[in-house]
Amino acid sequence: MSAPATAPTSPGIAHPRSETRPPSGGWRIVAAKELADHLGSTRFVVLFVVLGLAGASAVYSVSQQIVSVAAGVRSTESLFPLLFTLSASDIAVATQQSANTPLPSFVALISLLAPLLGIAFGFDAVNRERSERTLPRLLAQPIYRDDVINGKFAAGLAAIGIALGAVLVVIAAWGVIQLGVIPTAEDVARIVVWYVVAIVYIGFWLALATLCSVVMRRAASSALVAISAWLIVSLFGGLLISTVVGLLAPVSASPTTAEVIANGHLQDALTRISPDGMFQIATQAILDPHVTAGILTIDQRVAVAQQGVAGSILSLDQSLLVVGPQVLAIVALSVVCFALAYIAFMRQEVRA
Amino acid sequence: MVTQASPLAERGRDSTLEPVIEARRLTKRYGARVAVDDLSFEVRPGEVFGLLGPNGAGKTTTVLMLLGLTEPTSGEARVVGVDPMRDPLEVKRHVGYMPDTVGFYDGLSARENLAYTARLNRIPRAEAAERISDLLAQVGLAEVAAQKVDTFSRGMRQRLGVADALLKDPSVLILDEPTASLDPEGVVELLALIERIALERRIAVLLSSHLLDQVQAICQRVGIFYRGRLIAEGSVRDLASEGSRTQDVVEVGAQASDGHPAGVDLLTAALRGTPGVASVAPDPDAPGRVLVTGAPGIAGALTSALAATGLHPVHLRTHEERLDAIYARLVHAAAEAPAAAPEGRTVSLAPAPRRSIRRAPGRAGHRRPERSDQDGGNADRSNRDGGDHDRGDGHDHRDDDAGGPR
Repeated sequence: MSAPATAPTSPGIAHPRSETRPPSGGWRIVAAKELADHLGSTRFVVLFVVLGLAGASAVYSVSQQIVSVAAGVRSTESLFPLLFTLSASDIAVATQQSANTPLPSFVALISLLAPLLGIAFGFDAVNRERSERTLPRLLAQPIYRDDVINGKFAAGLAAIGIALGAVLVVIAAWGVIQLGVIPTAEDVARIVVWYVVAIVYIGFWLALATLCSVVMRRAASSALVAISAWLIVSLFGGLLISTVVGLLAPVSASPTTAEVIANGHLQDALTRISPDGMFQIATQAILDPHVTAGILTIDQRVAVAQQGVAGSILSLDQSLLVVGPQVLAIVALSVVCFALAYIAFMRQEVRA
Repeated sequence: MVTQASPLAERGRDSTLEPVIEARRLTKRYGARVAVDDLSFEVRPGEVFGLLGPNGAGKTTTVLMLLGLTEPTSGEARVVGVDPMRDPLEVKRHVGYMPDTVGFYDGLSARENLAYTARLNRIPRAEAAERISDLLAQVGLAEVAAQKVDTFSRGMRQRLGVADALLKDPSVLILDEPTASLDPEGVVELLALIERIALERRIAVLLSSHLLDQVQAICQRVGIFYRGRLIAEGSVRDLASEGSRTQDVVEVGAQASDGHPAGVDLLTAALRGTPGVASVAPDPDAPGRVLVTGAPGIAGALTSALAATGLHPVHLRTHEERLDAIYARLVHAAAEAPAAAPEGRTVSLAPAPRRSIRRAPGRAGHRRPERSDQDGGNADRSNRDGGDHDRGDGHDHRDDDAGGPR
């Protein structure tokens, strides 16, 4: 039915009857407000500083190492991304030097800390509106209900993108100065692709935290649950996976090929469902053009062994091909998680 | 609709206008619990309608259904001629809503909070700035416009809530418990503000409250809402005087010159002959007091009559505007069989409610006995509750009122 036509026109009452009907785009208004809140918030500043310091120290230590073994490094075709993917101890091991810093690589640090970014911008997205009692007032404005959650999610992603992007650019620039090597176009492209994948991965954590904020009334419990999930996946995930694999597909003292393959399959399968595992695989493949057996699944390893292409250098599109499934899985995880938060929010009663 | 329109009810009410809020047999169930049961009412432009009832009666649920924020289980609503379930955006574009315990973003200033609302309503920036300044001045918050809302008192927040609801220049204003948890001064201020707005802008105002005395002053019509059902509807006068609008009922208590309370007999003797007095009867609720029925404004004559016989009035209260007593009785009556209600009371509405008060359709007689038959336990409980309420309320207010300004 055409609403404005059936509406009564009362003399003496100034109807703000809109000339146009612009119901769409409400999420942009919500997102703009939320993003402004994020950027001005203490938590943004704190996370930005933490991320920047962690990244800077990792890159600083590794660049020192790279410079000190510069002769060996010169032969590498794609030097620049090593700044991000190697840790100082990696080089120390490779060159039999003693590592003076036990710091992990930049990307390892980021993949560890990234979920925190997502959680920080999502854990109180909806329940804060409830505790401040602004939700009924917000929903009584002429916007759709999903504009609220869409806008909040978009604002969270934007805040994350800004934080991570700024850190990445600053550190890359600083790395250029430290190394004295200008990145090639492909290096830049690899880093940009990695940045996008990282945003999607953090988007998963943002969606998870948003889901918590919809389901849980208190911001504190929502944050605790989201952080627990982060700890389990990021810190104990690998441990859990190897325990389960060891139990379900044990490799005997004199392993048969079947045993090793079964073990590898299970390991791959479990890593594939761990968002952290998938992101690490994707990171390595995207930033490191060398096909190292470590990043490939057992099937790919078999294929590589058969075709004898081990040790060759992949171009970016080939690298992406290798980790396509992982990247897709990360995207799917984020979408599913956001969909859950969306549905939960849409079905919830406005009243607490 | 109201059988006998009163001058008060006519103030600002124009029955030729289409109703801007219409509820038709609205029902909302949460599982087995019925929050709103077959509710029908309408509000016309320029009218202040009070939806009155105790906490948990279903007032907020009703409001949320009108806004399309909650889906009715059955029945339908029309707000500005639109079904809120079908086109919630159109409804929300024209309805200013202040939720109960309205909240604002504490980290933002009053002006910034309103600016966000303006953006959500797609009000152009320049126009929004102007409207915000106007409204903040109207609600008396112009000086603190730039202050963060977390420094605001409750009363300031409520007033900011009114400004927020008015920002979209609504044709309907819905205020959910606007006076709850305000101090007396804040209540007076806020109600004056709402009344002024209703008069100036000639918009329909739907007001929900459990504080009857506070809102009756500004409501042209009220609906008494109890356990999800509308048990009575009409102007305060209709409800109060049950058709005897030409009469006042005054409750009188007095002291003899020796300081002892004057008995019922003494009072009756003193007041019976006063011009304008139709009848004097003992007050069944308060021993030692009488109920005097007489011409409107009889209270003054009664005071003189008492003085003439050497009695000092200690209690003088005109009944007809006392919504709380009516309300308590109606709620009481809704919770028990009609026969149990006290008889012979001028203001008691329970025995013969249908003469002047429009009841919700299908509600009046037949259901209530059923209720008490079937839900024996429930009815018992509510009887007790209702009784307590009645007594407690009545006494409190009487004490407050003794000697106080009307």
